[in-house]
Amino acid sequence: MHILARRRHHRSAPLLLVLALLALISGIAALSTSGPATASTEMTQADADEGEQLFAANCASCHGLDAQGQDGVAPSLVGVGAAAVDFQVGTGRMPMQASGPQAPAKAPQFTQDEINQLAAWVASLGAGPAIPTAEQVDPALGDAADGMLAFRTNCAMCHGSIGGGGALTQGKFAPSLLNTTPTHLYEAMLTGPQSMPVFNDANITPETKRNIIAYLDFQSNGSPGGLTLGSIGPVSEGMWAWLVLLGLIIASTIWVGARSS
Amino acid sequence: MGATLNSAASGTANYVDERTSIGGFVKFFARKLFPDHWSFMLGEIALYSFIVLLISGVFLTAFFVPSMETVHYEGPFATMHDVEMTKAFESTLVTSFEVPGGLLMRQTHHWSALLFLASIMVHMCRVFFTGAFRKPRELNWLVGFTLMILGLAAGFTGYSLPDDVLSGNGLRIIDGVIKGVPLLGSHISFWLFGGEFPGTALIPRIFTAHILLVPGLILALIALHLFLVFLHKHTQYPGGGRTHRNVVGLPLFPVYTAKAGGFFFVVFGIIALVASVFTINPVWNYGPYDPSPVSAGTQPDWYILFIDGLLRMWPGWLFGLPTEWELWGYTLSLNILIPSVIVPALFFGFIALYPWIESWATGDKGEKHVLDRPRNVPVRTGIGVGMIVFYVILVLEGSNDIVASLFHLSLNDLTIFFQWGIFILPVLAFWITKRLCLGLQRKDRELVLHGHETGTIVRHEHGEYVEVHSPLDDEERWVRVSFDNHKPLEIAPERNDRGVARKGYRWDRFKQRLSRFYYEERIEPVTPEELEAAHHAHSDAPSAHGLADAADAKGANERLDDEWEELDEGATKK
Repeated sequence: MHILARRRHHRSAPLLLVLALLALISGIAALSTSGPATASTEMTQADADEGEQLFAANCASCHGLDAQGQDGVAPSLVGVGAAAVDFQVGTGRMPMQASGPQAPAKAPQFTQDEINQLAAWVASLGAGPAIPTAEQVDPALGDAADGMLAFRTNCAMCHGSIGGGGALTQGKFAPSLLNTTPTHLYEAMLTGPQSMPVFNDANITPETKRNIIAYLDFQSNGSPGGLTLGSIGPVSEGMWAWLVLLGLIIASTIWVGARSS
Repeated sequence: MGATLNSAASGTANYVDERTSIGGFVKFFARKLFPDHWSFMLGEIALYSFIVLLISGVFLTAFFVPSMETVHYEGPFATMHDVEMTKAFESTLVTSFEVPGGLLMRQTHHWSALLFLASIMVHMCRVFFTGAFRKPRELNWLVGFTLMILGLAAGFTGYSLPDDVLSGNGLRIIDGVIKGVPLLGSHISFWLFGGEFPGTALIPRIFTAHILLVPGLILALIALHLFLVFLHKHTQYPGGGRTHRNVVGLPLFPVYTAKAGGFFFVVFGIIALVASVFTINPVWNYGPYDPSPVSAGTQPDWYILFIDGLLRMWPGWLFGLPTEWELWGYTLSLNILIPSVIVPALFFGFIALYPWIESWATGDKGEKHVLDRPRNVPVRTGIGVGMIVFYVILVLEGSNDIVASLFHLSLNDLTIFFQWGIFILPVLAFWITKRLCLGLQRKDRELVLHGHETGTIVRHEHGEYVEVHSPLDDEERWVRVSFDNHKPLEIAPERNDRGVARKGYRWDRFKQRLSRFYYEERIEPVTPEELEAAHHAHSDAPSAHGLADAADAKGANERLDDEWEELDEGATKK
């Protein structure tokens, strides 16, 4: 952990506990994500055949048996690539649970092996972005400061300054990125799911993408100032000032002034 | 030991007194009477959070560098490594990460600022709803109002000092608002920013305003505010023996000095607790100011949100017409001017002038030292709640993106709802509040005339069932019957009997209409006659239910008044 952060910790025991908890949670999250990226590299024809079966059973009702899509229902998946499948199915957005302004993330419905099989089949339909390698998304190899500059120029207007999330039009929203895995972050930038624009490799280089991942990963250290109130800016701070700060103090005025004449 | 301490204390006191004659002042202040109520401490919260602001502010001033000269960051915070930034932003990072206790002080300062304005507004609401702004306190209301405006100025200048992306965007909006002023706007903006926004002059300028000009004015006005409180004497809630001519309470020393002194530490402690546990204004997340990026969740601190709400709410097109015009080569930005300048000016103007508006309606020239119970002035209470609803809608609209994503609502629908709601909901809130107040007043009348329900049902020999009521005690009755019963003004006719028009008739007619709006519909306090009649009715009924001396209710009331008058003589320190 950071020298500075460590110095801060032993001054304030509760903060240390909270940060330790955060570190633990993010550690578990980091461990659980290392699997899919390495597994994704070997795709065989057998995988694609299995994927076709899965697709026919779970996806074809909207996207069509040949994945050509249906007007007004679901887009064509020809050429979206393995990265799009891994992102959409891996974050639980697909299969969609209900129609709405946008598909929210939920618990994934398939195992990583099944997702890889689906991805292999969709990738075989037409050329598209592949699932990134572990090295491409490793936050330790990125430059968080450069990532900060790239993030606030390209991402913060929807996702907030450190990826806490934000609203879009007509009930759509940019989700929080604070618990998204590095692989899924990379895939989202590459494929532009839902309302998000595509940031191809000419637009944001693979290296900058990794820097952005490093910047977001840095946030799992927690805030040096303590608990964050959602990292959504001054509105939650103002609400906290009224409800908790002023609330506690008014409660104590009632206590101090209790003996009324 | 005790004796030595006492003699040491009295020796010191004597030394000081012989050289300054301060004893008289101390005696005057120590014996000053104050009535007791928790809601009288709301203003104290503002005062104490201001003291915390001064203490933490002095600390921060020692480390902040008010310069827009650019440097490359070389400190320990990883995501800022080698990023170009102004010295103002760099020194904020240094204060946060390298000065021992610096981040705690920054957070203490910022949390106290949010609390300062919140407590001022709650205090204003208390003063408003209890009518504490009435004669002779109208001018002190205006002083308090000015303090609130200065608080906004102090808050906004402080929020802008770190020169981060968030506050820079806030300044850009203010720059837009200034430029929205017809003809003069762009000149004012260039003068303020020393050229085109953002320039390099602003941070040193608002630094001077933030640490010298505005706090100096606030301190001076706080002194005036408190001086006027001493001069007018504190108001009191209605209760036995309390009239417009006395103050019933305890002397400042020792009880209130102990309570108020202790309360300062309670306030300071709670601020310190929140500041040490919760992040506020994490400028290291926003990064140094750069005019191009704007992140989601870009909002001002809560007290400026209402202006943001007005700007977000205002439509670009209204009934098929654009709200921005270009006339003779000049742009008239009504879409900026109306929501960000004119509406706030009207809203604040109404608040500032409210004491006079209400005095036109009542026509009452007497001094008022006993507070109103909010229910006893239904229209004022309704107006207050209506204004709160108006303000809250603007704050919610200013936070519309947060509200939308939190509750998974459509941002567009939410804005349309607020665009209609801003006209409808305050009126609805006014009406509901007024009806509630009238209902509560009727309940009071009912209680005074018939007493408390006891739940005991008595069956008489002839088969009648009656519920036994127990009478109110004197204190309970006093609170419910002793309020000003204002009636709509009667004015002289427009023309005298010779048919000559009277000067000032139109102004009188306006006041009469205002007065009808306030007092046409009213519940009158129970009179001694009504009370007596009610008691007779109860006594005459076959159910004699314990009102032993009801027959002499009026006489008893008058005796009570006399006793309290005597009490006044003794207890009042004028």
